[in-house]
Amino acid sequence: MNKIPNRQAICDVLMEHAKEDKDIIVLCSDSRGSASMTPFADTYPEQFVETGIAEQNLVSISAGLAKCGKKPYAASPACFLSTRSYEQAKIDCAYSNTNVKLIGISGGISYGALGMSHHSAQDIAAMSAIPNMRVYLPSDRFQTRCLIEALLKDEKPAYIRVGRNPVEDIYEEGHVPFEMNKATVLCEGTDAAIIACGEMVKPSYDAAKLLKEEGISVTVLDMYCVKPLDKEAVIKAASNAKVVVTAEEHSPFGGLGSMVSQVVSENCPKKVVNLALPDSPVITGTSKQVFDHYGLNAQGIADTVKKLLGR
Amino acid sequence: MENLKAKSFALRQDVVRMIKAGKAGHIGGDMSVMDVLVSLYFHEMNISPENMDDPERDKFVMSKGHCVEALYAVLAAKGFFPIEQVIEEYSQFGSQFIGHPNNKLPGIEMNSGSLGHGLPVCVGMALAEKMNKSQARVYTVMGDGELAEGSVWEGAMAASHYKLDNLCAVVDRNRLQISGSTEDVMHHDDLAARFAGFGWNVISVDGNDVDALNAAFDVAKTVKGKPSVVIANTTKGCGSPVMENKAPWHHKVPSEEEYSQIMSDLEERKEAALHE
Repeated sequence: MNKIPNRQAICDVLMEHAKEDKDIIVLCSDSRGSASMTPFADTYPEQFVETGIAEQNLVSISAGLAKCGKKPYAASPACFLSTRSYEQAKIDCAYSNTNVKLIGISGGISYGALGMSHHSAQDIAAMSAIPNMRVYLPSDRFQTRCLIEALLKDEKPAYIRVGRNPVEDIYEEGHVPFEMNKATVLCEGTDAAIIACGEMVKPSYDAAKLLKEEGISVTVLDMYCVKPLDKEAVIKAASNAKVVVTAEEHSPFGGLGSMVSQVVSENCPKKVVNLALPDSPVITGTSKQVFDHYGLNAQGIADTVKKLLGR
Repeated sequence: MENLKAKSFALRQDVVRMIKAGKAGHIGGDMSVMDVLVSLYFHEMNISPENMDDPERDKFVMSKGHCVEALYAVLAAKGFFPIEQVIEEYSQFGSQFIGHPNNKLPGIEMNSGSLGHGLPVCVGMALAEKMNKSQARVYTVMGDGELAEGSVWEGAMAASHYKLDNLCAVVDRNRLQISGSTEDVMHHDDLAARFAGFGWNVISVDGNDVDALNAAFDVAKTVKGKPSVVIANTTKGCGSPVMENKAPWHHKVPSEEEYSQIMSDLEERKEAALHE
C-alpha cells in the first residue's frame, strides 16, 4: 500500500523545480506541517512565506506576489482556503487573473472526526462557480505529480484539492496517461459509465472490476479536471452506456455530479445517479468509515450500478 | 513646475462631468481622495503609460475601488486613455470603464471593489519587490470606513512582520461613510495608535493639501524597517459646499442646478490655487 499522500507529491515536485526556478513561492497559513511543506520551507526559506492563521491574507498576498512575477502556491486546509478566503480567490486571483495556485489540502472529509468545520464538502461547487477559476482533484500521487508539472507551465489561477491520507496507486510511476484538461479513461464498457474525481476514482475503478466479474462492462473516467470539465469524454462515455453514475467526496449540490448531469441531459439524455456525501454534517469517523457508511466504496458504487441496470 | 493644487480641482471637474454623464459614481470620496491621487501620480510614484511593462515601476492598488472615477481622471491626465472617452463611456452599456477598477484597462494593476483587499495584495507585491531586489515602491489607498474589514488588519500585521518599508498605505480619512459618521458606524478615532501598535510608521497630514501630502510621502520613503501609513485627513466632497461633509453625497448624482454650482465652485478653487 502506497504511503505517500498526494500533498507530499506536490511538495516533491515544487522542490524539484524551486532549485532552478526562484520565482516559485510556497505560502502557508500555519499549515506547513499539514500541507507536507516543511521540507520546502526548510530547504528554500527564501522562497517560503508564512502568513500565520490568516487565510484571507494568504490568498491576497499570493495574488500580490503573482502580480510581481512570482509563481505562488498557497497551501492551506481546503475547508478554510475554499470558504474563509473565497472572496480573495474570486477577486484577487480569478477576477484579477493572477497566477495563483491554491492548494486545498486535507480536502473533503479527510479530517474525519474533527467535524464539519474541518470538512470541505462544498469547495468544488464554490470554486467552480467563479469565472476564470479552474478546479482539479487528482486521484493518485502519480497523477498529482503530472498535474503540478502541467500547472507550473501556465500562468492562470487554479484550485487543487487533495486529501490528507495516502491513496492507493492507480497509475504506474513514469507511465501516467495524463493530458491536461482531459479525463483519463481507466477502462471502457457499454453497460454503465462511472465518472469520478479525487479519492473516489480508486473505488470506482475497483467497482468496475467487481462488475466485470459479474459480466457487466463499465467505462470509468478519472475526471481530475472538474473545471474545465472534459465534456467530450463525458458525452462519449455516457453515449456508449445505458446508465451513468458519478462519485465524489462532496456535497450532492454543485459538484462533479451536477456538472456531469448537465452535460448528459443536454447532449445524450439518460439516467444519471450522483453518489456524494449527504447534505448534512457527516457521521463521525475516519475517511474509510465515513465512505463505507455512505456507500462511497467499491461495493457501494457497484451495487448502485447493478440496481440501475436491474441486475 | 506644474501647479498640482490647481490640477486637483481641474481633475475634480472631470470627475463631476463623468458622474453627471454616467449617472453614477461615488462623488464624495472621489473629491476627498483626489489630492492624494494627484500627489501620488504626479509627485511620488514612478508610474506612466511608458513604463507599465517595466518590473521596476512603482505599484498602486486602489483599495477603495468605489472611487474609481477619481482614478480614471488621474490616469487620463497621465495619458493612459483620453478623458473624453471616459466621460462618454463611463457606466454605459458594454463599457470597459466600470464602477470599480479593472485591470483590463491600462494603468490598473488589480481589480478591486470589495473592500479590505488592497493592503493584503500590496503586502504580496512589496514582498515580491524585496525578493526581486527591486527599488520599486508599493502604494495603496484605503477608505476609513474600509478599515472595519478584518482583512485590512491581517495585511497590516504581515506588513510589519516582514518589515516592508517599501510599502506605503494611505487612509482617506474623510470621517463619513454611506450610513453616516464613521465614528457612529464603527469608530476609528485611535487610528494612529492602532497602526503604531501594529508596528507601522504613522504620518498624519491634511489630506487635501497636495504640498503636505508630497512631504509626507517623501518622509515615508526614508523610514526603514517598517511600513508607513499616511493618514490623510480629508473632507468628503472637498471642493464645493454643495457636497462637503454631507453623507448623502457618498454616491449622489448632481442635478442640473447642483452640477452648475459644483463646477463653478471647483473653477473658483482652481483659479484661487493658480493665483496662490
